Amino acid sequence: MSTNLANLLYLITIVSFVLALRFLSNPAHARRGNQIGAAGMVLAVVVTWIKIGTTSWWAIAIGMLIGGGFGAVAARKVKMTAMPQMVALFNGVGGGAAALIALAEIHRILPEPGAPKVDISVAIVLSALIGSISFSGSMIAFAKLQELIGGRPITYPGQQIVNALVFVVAVGAGVVLVAGVQDEWLLWILIAAALLFGVLFVLPIGGADMPVVISLLNAFTGLAVAAGGFELENNVMIVAGMLVGASGTFLTMMMSRAMNRSIANVLFGAFGQVQAGAGTAAGANGSVRPTTADDVAVMLAYAHKVVVVPGYGMAVAQAQHDVRALADLLESKGVEVTYAIHPVAGRMPGHMNVLLAEANVPYPALKEMDEANAEFPRTDVSLVIGANDVVNPDAHNNPSSPIYGMPILDVDKSKAVVVLKRSMNPGFAGIDNPLFVEPNTMMLFGDAKESVAKLTSAVKQL
Amino acid sequence: MSHNTLLVFELTILVLAIFLGFEVISKVPTLLHTPLMSGTNAIHGIVIVGAMIVLAQPDKSTFTWIVGFAAVILASANVVGGFVVTDRMLEMFKKREPAKDDEGS
Repeated sequence: MSTNLANLLYLITIVSFVLALRFLSNPAHARRGNQIGAAGMVLAVVVTWIKIGTTSWWAIAIGMLIGGGFGAVAARKVKMTAMPQMVALFNGVGGGAAALIALAEIHRILPEPGAPKVDISVAIVLSALIGSISFSGSMIAFAKLQELIGGRPITYPGQQIVNALVFVVAVGAGVVLVAGVQDEWLLWILIAAALLFGVLFVLPIGGADMPVVISLLNAFTGLAVAAGGFELENNVMIVAGMLVGASGTFLTMMMSRAMNRSIANVLFGAFGQVQAGAGTAAGANGSVRPTTADDVAVMLAYAHKVVVVPGYGMAVAQAQHDVRALADLLESKGVEVTYAIHPVAGRMPGHMNVLLAEANVPYPALKEMDEANAEFPRTDVSLVIGANDVVNPDAHNNPSSPIYGMPILDVDKSKAVVVLKRSMNPGFAGIDNPLFVEPNTMMLFGDAKESVAKLTSAVKQL
Repeated sequence: MSHNTLLVFELTILVLAIFLGFEVISKVPTLLHTPLMSGTNAIHGIVIVGAMIVLAQPDKSTFTWIVGFAAVILASANVVGGFVVTDRMLEMFKKREPAKDDEGS
């Protein structure tokens, strides 16, 4: 196949990717968009296969079967609640592939004396650097979300300096390589340092900031792939990679704006460090009011308006179906039930929307932050299910709090707040929440799924 | 096409892709931000094309062999996993659009 024909067919792939993203503007068409994107991907693979001929075709086939088989099985088996770590995992392997391509390219080019052109070596260095960071960073994000390692921020003295040094080593090796020192070892050093940097840079980031990090790493992989496109002079990789790089960056910016923090603050702020000392003292001050499912059931059944505020706790307990059942029951009793969705609730942007969609909650009942906040003053009961930081009034009232200034859901404005929570442990971000000791707040301790089921049966008996 | 002409051409489409990315994403509602991330995640699986090109080089060393093979495995996991996960998510959003009476659960 001629290069021109291949590039024309690649153009169809590019259009299909743009359409896939374009169709995501409406839930009704979104799935078809994704299928169009997948078809475009198949086309690109077929075109590439014909173009490269038959060299090692069986190795490619075996590799695809192994990787694709793993991807298909993992993606089918994963529970909806474990989606964030799945996305992190698939993102990481993409970044890893981009780094490996860079390694193979430098190995191919270097033996020729004086060979690589500056732009090619820049592309190789960039895709190795960004791809490696994305790979190891995503793996750490995966491990954190899968709870293989603790979700709390891991910090130590001099952390920023160590991180900066590792990064300087990686970039330094890249600069020397681009400057014309032809040594494959430089790229090895670069990759090793970048891998280490990815680990070090995600480790200190608390679970609550994971949506921003995953989105950023997604953008990184896109950029690494685009750089890979320059290495191999391949248009479809450049455009598709950059499309993802740009969209991921945009999404990351939107989310940090929703938290009213800069991206730098999310990445290097080491959330959870500040309040480590202050935390315990504040917790002891107020008195927590535990309550029972029966009491809450009465409150809910005789309310006019109930707002459900879901958080990561709902995802962990997989309580979304039970929440829907409770809401249906209340609605049959004439109670107005809506859901208040904070933009960074959960571990992925829009995480709560996906879970509630799985439970068939109608879209009109899902309220975004501004709309929801307007409704809290006339809400009888706010039912906070496994959410913590996104309802923390310290964001308004306590300038020393690490989340001060972040827009929150003002549940404290409603007449009563019921918080469903496993225990008094602070949230994933490790920050104290004065909401729990406010006079109109009651705590219903226990697993979110069990608590909601108990509420449902208690409401039924009324 | 000379190398430099090609480079300029590639940079042009790179910059256009940046703007296209911003433009397309700004129209996606927050409701669909998770599938958006997962969908773009699948799209950067296009790295599979690069992995195939590397592995298909004639007269390659054992080193390139191993690296290329690993790249193909990783990239295909990215592609297949990315699209399947996204499809599963979007399936749930599609389930009940306007017409929801017939389910009646």
